[in-house]
Amino acid sequence: MIEFKNVSKVYKGGKKAVNNVNLTFNDGEFIVFIGTSGSGKTTSMRMINRMIEPTSGQILINGEDIMKRDPVQLRREIGYVIQQIGLMPHMTIYDNIVMVPKLLKWPEDKQRESAERLLAKVDLPKDFLTRYPAELSGGQQQRIGVIRALAANQDIILMDEPFGALDPITRDALQELVKELQEEMGKTFIFVTHDMDEALKLADRIVIMQNGEVVQFDTPDNILAEPANQFVEDFIGEDRLIQARPNIQTVDQVMIKNPISVTPGKSLSEAIRIMRDKRVDSLFVTDDAGVLKGYVDIERIDRNRKRATSVGDIMIDKVYFVREGTLLRDTVQRILKRGFKNIPVVDNKGRLIGLVTRTSLVDVVYDTIWGEEEEELAKASVFETTIPEESKE
Amino acid sequence: MDMTQMNMWEQLIFYFSENGLYIWSQFIRHFLISIYGVLFAGIIGIPLGFWISRHGKLADWVIGAANVIQTIPSLAMLSILMLGLGLGVNTVVTTVFLYSLLPIIKNTYAGVQSVDKNILDSGKGMGMTRWQLTYIVELPLALSIIMAGIRNAMVVGIGVTAIGTFIGAGGLGDIITRGVNVTDGGAIILAGAIPTALMAVISDLFLGWIEKKLDPTKNKKILS
Repeated sequence: MIEFKNVSKVYKGGKKAVNNVNLTFNDGEFIVFIGTSGSGKTTSMRMINRMIEPTSGQILINGEDIMKRDPVQLRREIGYVIQQIGLMPHMTIYDNIVMVPKLLKWPEDKQRESAERLLAKVDLPKDFLTRYPAELSGGQQQRIGVIRALAANQDIILMDEPFGALDPITRDALQELVKELQEEMGKTFIFVTHDMDEALKLADRIVIMQNGEVVQFDTPDNILAEPANQFVEDFIGEDRLIQARPNIQTVDQVMIKNPISVTPGKSLSEAIRIMRDKRVDSLFVTDDAGVLKGYVDIERIDRNRKRATSVGDIMIDKVYFVREGTLLRDTVQRILKRGFKNIPVVDNKGRLIGLVTRTSLVDVVYDTIWGEEEEELAKASVFETTIPEESKE
Repeated sequence: MDMTQMNMWEQLIFYFSENGLYIWSQFIRHFLISIYGVLFAGIIGIPLGFWISRHGKLADWVIGAANVIQTIPSLAMLSILMLGLGLGVNTVVTTVFLYSLLPIIKNTYAGVQSVDKNILDSGKGMGMTRWQLTYIVELPLALSIIMAGIRNAMVVGIGVTAIGTFIGAGGLGDIITRGVNVTDGGAIILAGAIPTALMAVISDLFLGWIEKKLDPTKNKKILS
């Protein structure tokens, strides 16, 4: 576990790079620091292995204050990967990988075993061991950079924009590789980036920093669902927020409120009149308390109008519904798979509070593709004013 | 055998055949004086170069001082040192030492500065001590540039040693001055000058070859 306790860093000349940061990272978490340049994200990361020392506050690793540790020993226990890769150009790939094991004076066969095992993990052939960094492509070099940070079984790996200088395809491959390695080996990764896509893809939790302070520290889903402030929203970007919406939107947000309903005691002619007035072809049936009982549609009324008198006699009482708060993505699947025209939304007491129609889904898909968010919001609010708000929580 | 009947070339060959051993011994003496001077400069200059690269403010002072030494004409320098150290070999070795300091310090400084800061950062971040960073990273990466400085110093040193004859240090300069002092001494001058020039050219080529071998960016060709 890594803990930041009131950590500040003030550089000579009074520039506050990091201001009173408090964070706790659990073992095995993938933490991504993100922020604009000068936000203090790299400074925060580099304080963990004492490449930069805090001006005040404490950093604890497994409860132990790192300032009480020998910095050299501490750094050998923490993997370190930088954007410029930093392989030693005068050493073979093998010597580069076993750099830290060698400093720790591991026996030679253990060093070799570690190097070969890790090289296989990143899908590079064994004969790379005798080559020199200059003979490798940028992506291959950074793979070596990554396994060099793992070679001595470090539990914590620090990565400072490691893929910033790579082309998009190589970057994607390496992101997946790192995520896989992290999940497989259960190590704690502290990763610094300014690329939101990268952060969302890799992180278990994201630390968003601005002017040396932590603005938000949460899981990617929560950050997308509830950006802490305008800065975070801008940083995530409108496109991503919109794209993320179907995943985190609930049915409450898109449903039509106050759907048309009748009580079972109403006569069929009354039901028909309501349908005609409201220009719909089906009605939900609710009891006096508003609890959903079933539904009737125009075909059913037409077929049975000679035999039955009240809605209750002919309603279909098997209705699929979703509860309020259900994620929209689950609902979408149900609607599309079962071919429903619409699906009612009920609250936790079973009362009908809304309706998700295929048309609502069209809006969602439209938003995702075109992102006309503001126009859509404006429309929705106009729509709401024409209907009395009763069921709003 | 009448020397006056021979042309310059024949005279030269004659001189070589008659005094081959003498020329050889002066050649070795000349070479050793230069080598010692450069060697001592290396022993002092390389650590000094590393040291000033860690203390940026001192670098200007140290290199400035070495620059001043370099600007003193060699004959003047010899004479000044002679006042303190007397005649003989030691004074010449000291002169060569002083002249070698600048190229060696300057190149060591430049070599250490040229090491990619990111490589140092990753080395430090992996847990290298200051000393390990120096001999595992900085020294190997700066070595070819340091070697270029030594090469430079060696060529200058061979030249300075030739003047050392004026304070009785011996070396090939002795032969040259002898040729200058006699009538029609052209062949004798050449007998001293050609080996001096050869020594300078060959040392330069040899050290240049070593420099290339040490270039860390070229070493892949040695092994693969």
